Amino acid sequence: MKSKSNKTAPAGAKFTWKKFRDSREWQLHLILLPAVVVVFIYSYIPLYGIVIAFQKFAPATGFSSPWTGLANFEFLFRQPNFVRTIGNTLYIAVFKLVLTQIVSIVFALMLNEVRCSALKRSVQTVAYIPNFLSWVVLSGMLIDILATDGLLNQITGFFGADPISFLGNPKVFPWTMIISDIWKNFGYGAIIYLAALTSVDPGLYEAAALDGANRFKQIWHVTLPAIAPTIILMSLLSLGSLLNAGFEQIYNLYSPAVYQTGDIIDTYMYRLGMIEAQYSFGTAVGLFKSVISCILISVSYWAADKFAGYRIL
Amino acid sequence: MIQNKTLGGRIFAMVNTVLLILMGLLCLLPVLHVFALSLSSSNAVSAGSVLFWPVQFTLSSYEFAMKDPQFLRSFLISIVRVALGVSVNVIMTVITAYPLSRNGRRLHGRNLYIGYFFLTMLIGGGMIPTYLVVANTGLLDSIWALIIPGALPVYYMIIMMNFMRGIPPELEESAMIDGAGPLQILFRVWLPVLKPSVATVTLFCIVGHWNDWFGGLLYMNKTSNYPLQTYLQSLLTNFDALLKQNSLNYVELIKRMNVRTGRAAQVFLAAIPLLAIYPFLQKYFTKGLTLGSVKG
Repeated sequence: MKSKSNKTAPAGAKFTWKKFRDSREWQLHLILLPAVVVVFIYSYIPLYGIVIAFQKFAPATGFSSPWTGLANFEFLFRQPNFVRTIGNTLYIAVFKLVLTQIVSIVFALMLNEVRCSALKRSVQTVAYIPNFLSWVVLSGMLIDILATDGLLNQITGFFGADPISFLGNPKVFPWTMIISDIWKNFGYGAIIYLAALTSVDPGLYEAAALDGANRFKQIWHVTLPAIAPTIILMSLLSLGSLLNAGFEQIYNLYSPAVYQTGDIIDTYMYRLGMIEAQYSFGTAVGLFKSVISCILISVSYWAADKFAGYRIL
Repeated sequence: MIQNKTLGGRIFAMVNTVLLILMGLLCLLPVLHVFALSLSSSNAVSAGSVLFWPVQFTLSSYEFAMKDPQFLRSFLISIVRVALGVSVNVIMTVITAYPLSRNGRRLHGRNLYIGYFFLTMLIGGGMIPTYLVVANTGLLDSIWALIIPGALPVYYMIIMMNFMRGIPPELEESAMIDGAGPLQILFRVWLPVLKPSVATVTLFCIVGHWNDWFGGLLYMNKTSNYPLQTYLQSLLTNFDALLKQNSLNYVELIKRMNVRTGRAAQVFLAAIPLLAIYPFLQKYFTKGLTLGSVKG
């Protein structure tokens, strides 16, 4: 938002009602009105509603229930079931972010090395499939494929491995989540790198080849430096989702048997807040998360501007 | 790029191709497997003989899905929701992005407006206060609960705004000389130029509305109001209950299917609309991702 339009607003262009009417500027304000109203009601009033995290919510009194100070937070942080969700969330989210990024980059680099455009296009098209299916649909598939008598255990069993309970074993569950999330997202995540790769100057490869660089060296010394800014940018922007371990995925695939390692902040918030209808506690969990997320997102936008020259506005 | 004619170069290309095909199969085969399950008989599925091709072909599972009145109702709700929700999203995106794309002289308070919308991307009230507001505005169990709270997709609006700022000013200047007001400029001059980005936003909104299940879970108390994805979600763990409940109605049908084939068929039916449109989406992917990256 630094790009204030000082240049375009000449000094002395004062606001007058006559100009306002004649330029029909009021029309612009008028068409902004619906969005302003909807955002006010459904984004800003809930923002105010966060106060119930510091209250003992009762339906009759709504957002002006009796104040309890920080009691809800004290209660929460004494719940081992809540505290463990923080560790679980970070563990799952960090591995998802880092590994999805790496797999996407490698996938883009591999596609970039393919000469046959029909092959390139069909592999790309197929790799986008999981991204466009909802976690409900994918869960329906995964529950079946990952069952102890499902396809994956049938295949590993063929090689003599014992069946693994991918969704029921708390030791395995987080990695089932991490890997299935990579599976859903790597194809789509590669798009931005493929776009960056199209702008690499082919002359650089010719020069490298003349200097005797083989394919790996060309990738290392030409391709990677060329997409490094994109890699840095995407890494910085992903910082904002450090506390998003994937509610939609985990909610559809977990069970009490794996809460120990698989319960995350969002699923805990939903169970506590909506299913048990503990609105104040649930909001306290949500506030804890959104304060940290807000800081992370702000830092990531700031860093993306400073280090990668990216501005969303 | 120079094609390596050396032996090393050829081996590299071959290994690379094989690995890429494997990665592609990894994405395709699970979908094929589930499709094969949905078309196989329960006996073949229980025996574990179904891989990527139907065994003892039968349409029973699809027949069962079609005879489930709630499945059909939910399918219809989802279609209505996509039609309504996407129209609202696109109209709101365009009419909000347009004023904000003007500079501060043409729209007083522009930065204030932008800050007002942008702030909601950084912080929100969260699930529960939002739920309480939706409940208090009387939207529970109404399809509008899935449309109005998210009527303005702020991220797409910003992408659209950045795109509009890239339109050359000469385009509207000539129209202004002819006496066109801001709205006439939007609808007569800009909309034709905006077609590709409007299409991009439309397609992404279709995917978003069709795939959303959590809104239905949160805001619909009655199962009869569930959109399709929410209904499917409720069946992920309860499909056997649905089978038992209907065991007397469709005796013959249920002999040839079980939980796995039945669920596979419903999951596949829910996936079909997106599998049908996403190939057409492809050319818009890059645009949707990079339009926002206008440097300041």
